[in-house]
Amino acid sequence: MSWETVIGLEVHVQLATQSKIFSGSSTAFGAEPNTQASAVDLALPGTLPVPNAKAFEYAVMFGLAVNAEIGTTSHFERKNYFYPDLPKGYQTTQLEQPIVGAGYVDLNLSEGRTKRVRIHHAHLEEDAGKSLHEDFHGMSGIDLNRAGTPLIEIVSEPDMSNAEEAVAFAKQLHAIVTSLGICDGEMAQGSMRFDVNISVRRPGEPLGTRTETKNLNSFRFMEEAIKLEVERQIDVLEDGGKINQETRLYNGDTKKARAMRSKEEANDYRYFPCPDLLPVILDEGYVERVRQNIPELPDQRAARFVSDYQLSDYDAGILAADRQLSAYFEAAANNGQAKLCANWIMGDISASLNTSDMSINTCPVTPEQLAGLVARIADDTISNKQAKKVFELMWSDGGSADEIIEKHGMKQVSDTGALEQIVDEVLASKPQEVANYLAAEESKRKKMMGAFMGPIMQATKGQANPGMVNKILAQKLNALAK
Amino acid sequence: MHQLTVAQIAQGLREKHFSSVEITQHYLDRIAAKDDSIRAYITVCPERALAQAAAADARLAAGNAGALTGVPIAHKDIFCTKGVKTTCASKMLDNFIAPYDATVVENLDRAGTVMLGKTNMDEFAMGSSNETSFYGTPRNPWDQERVAGGSSGGSAAAVAAQLAPIASGTDTGGSIRQPASLCGLSGIKPTYGRVSRWGMIAFASSLDQGGVIARNAEDAALMLQDMASHDAKDSTNSGQPIDDFGATLNDSLQGKRIGIPKQYFGAGLDTETGNAVQAALEQYRAMGAELIEIDLPHTELAVPAYYVIAPAEASANLSRFDGVRYGHRCDNPTDLMDLYMRSRAEGFGDEVKRRIMVGAYALSAGYYDAYFRKAQQVRRLISQDFQQAFADVDFIAGPTCPQPAFKLGEKTSDPVAMYLEDIYTIPVSLAGLPAMSIPCGTSHGLPVGLQLIGRHFDETGVLQLAHQYQRATDWHTRTPAGLE
Repeated sequence: MSWETVIGLEVHVQLATQSKIFSGSSTAFGAEPNTQASAVDLALPGTLPVPNAKAFEYAVMFGLAVNAEIGTTSHFERKNYFYPDLPKGYQTTQLEQPIVGAGYVDLNLSEGRTKRVRIHHAHLEEDAGKSLHEDFHGMSGIDLNRAGTPLIEIVSEPDMSNAEEAVAFAKQLHAIVTSLGICDGEMAQGSMRFDVNISVRRPGEPLGTRTETKNLNSFRFMEEAIKLEVERQIDVLEDGGKINQETRLYNGDTKKARAMRSKEEANDYRYFPCPDLLPVILDEGYVERVRQNIPELPDQRAARFVSDYQLSDYDAGILAADRQLSAYFEAAANNGQAKLCANWIMGDISASLNTSDMSINTCPVTPEQLAGLVARIADDTISNKQAKKVFELMWSDGGSADEIIEKHGMKQVSDTGALEQIVDEVLASKPQEVANYLAAEESKRKKMMGAFMGPIMQATKGQANPGMVNKILAQKLNALAK
Repeated sequence: MHQLTVAQIAQGLREKHFSSVEITQHYLDRIAAKDDSIRAYITVCPERALAQAAAADARLAAGNAGALTGVPIAHKDIFCTKGVKTTCASKMLDNFIAPYDATVVENLDRAGTVMLGKTNMDEFAMGSSNETSFYGTPRNPWDQERVAGGSSGGSAAAVAAQLAPIASGTDTGGSIRQPASLCGLSGIKPTYGRVSRWGMIAFASSLDQGGVIARNAEDAALMLQDMASHDAKDSTNSGQPIDDFGATLNDSLQGKRIGIPKQYFGAGLDTETGNAVQAALEQYRAMGAELIEIDLPHTELAVPAYYVIAPAEASANLSRFDGVRYGHRCDNPTDLMDLYMRSRAEGFGDEVKRRIMVGAYALSAGYYDAYFRKAQQVRRLISQDFQQAFADVDFIAGPTCPQPAFKLGEKTSDPVAMYLEDIYTIPVSLAGLPAMSIPCGTSHGLPVGLQLIGRHFDETGVLQLAHQYQRATDWHTRTPAGLE
């Protein structure tokens, strides 16, 4: 009998505010430990939190982007637990009245399938610091630079039923928050972190016991972790065991997961309203003003790419998901060769960026350079094969397509007279192949033309326009057949 | 010189009868001579004080002095002071020096006051007798066998013993009014939100409020004026205009309606205390005020509600004292749990531990609704009681405490008896109202306090009510014997 998987996500999104949610310290990533921790962040006695209005604006932007109700009154609770990277001994978060209420996002899945995933709510809270367990001779170091960085925690309904859907949801959220500009989306730096709740059940049965795999910070790890956990749960149940409600950690290097703590050991967080912060009331005008300032969302952009640039839904979806990628595409595509530009961005450029561990922001080939390259492909100045060579040189040495083509003499030969002469010479040098061709059935002839193509391209040092060679060759062979 | 009021000191400084350095030195000498027995101070800062006094004298000479420039004051050791130890009377903070000033300290520094030192208090402001201090218990200058009250007991003892002309305090459930009452002083707890809590170490954030312990209402008005401010660093700080608190001090009380809550004169009130308060109320009637009996039906629920809410907030507020970043850390911790447990077990005294445990319990899963949520509901009912009463009256008056100062050790083994000390002050705190205690007589030879309660942000009216009484009576001018 088959199993059904039920998945819900909790997503922590670091908001790209300049300063922290309750103090004036910078939120910039990568500073020397504890250089961005003020008296408030250190929880020195007598210090008090002051809310950062930008964090509220960003949370409201997110809420509007996922079709959510905006809580006009929200307030903060204290979530109490002891940990060295939690200076106050409690996290200031929202429980009873979160700023973003119920909403949803629609996913485009493979093979044209779509799915709506409901969002239960999203709330504002502060991030904790970091505990560093290496380099301290068996002791732990504490870095409080991250403590107090504003987060929204997005809690989905358990609407996903496999890893593909969960990853698509995660990617869609990534696309939304980066398009809104409320998060830098740098997953490797922890800007977005995913907790995945997973359970399995027989169809029609009530929900099974769930586990929570915490702190996944890449889409790939998330996919791997889900598949692994689903398999594990099914194995346990099929062996007659039962699932413990527990928190698990997935190690992307070893591809293994382990239980961190069970429900029995779970903290009683003793939530209560934070008396240092007053309820925050957003008036209707405020929400409207935020709505006016929402930039184009990925879905809207994708639709525009389809209509303005005639891209396929699939290509438009991929490019539109990333604001920077979209901007790059649009800067290149104004040469009228949108489809070609899209192919290059999703093909060679993405691959090269991946290999060199770079992002589109730091791509050595500018949109203008790409546009120039694509224009020379479109007007048959260079072949696709030559274009790859030009691109490589562009990437490593810079320069425009025209300069590179000129410098390396890479123009393809499109002179009909010259090509005809070369074709004639090749045919004359291969009588046996010509005889074979003429003896073959019509349907097989096309394939046999390859025998002449190689030597022709060789004779032109690869610079012959392959389309024209094909055409001339076909004409000559047909003439011989008659 | 130490018999002068703040208003008189300010005048003497302006008229050059003495300099700030002279009066500061005078107080420092008195502290050196007498504080060994009174124990009002945790830290005395002679050098810092004399430097501030010299700067104040320069301002006075240059003619750019404020009302309080050059006046010596003391701060409760709950207000953070940059460069001077701030202990909250706890072993936990015995080594703590804040890198910032509390807004209250900053405001009064800017006004040119001179800080003599930091006064003793109950540990983390938890107590009504100052017996929970890590630094010993201040004595009541009226009878050194007795407590000065708490938690601002050091501030009250300092002012009553004339070891400071005036002092700051904080009040969560009565911590300014009760010691003022027990020491024959005028203490005002402003409306919640009137005085910034930035840099004031939190006990129960929704109740804590800074205020003044003075020798009379006029002095209290002067200091409150420089203490109150709008502070963006405290989200709960009110945006209400900072009134001229002394504006109506001399205005008549003719036609003012004073509500007398019947619940404040029931069982448990010491007879002589009750008599003194009744006499004071008659004095008000004689001055033209109308006395109206009022009903505050939920009064008896206030103490139990308070002892859920305040410990609950405290249990979280005190979590930061974990031995990790500052404060007391145990020797040679074996692991993280050991570090937490021993640092806190060693750093906190019994009453603080009791309240942390009570508070954590009241918030824990399964008990939240029965305790914390219920207590919050009671708090709203108590606020409504006052709101309804204030529809018919301008002020409310009654005893500050059920009895005068008690003996050291008398209540330490019975926390509930200690908690009932604040039976008349706690409801006011839960409602966030401004209130003042002024001396109005004696019981068994010890001072008795009259509590005056006003509408939200009507400190001006409360001070007027107090000052008018003090114009007609002399209880506030009496000082304990043997401390001349």
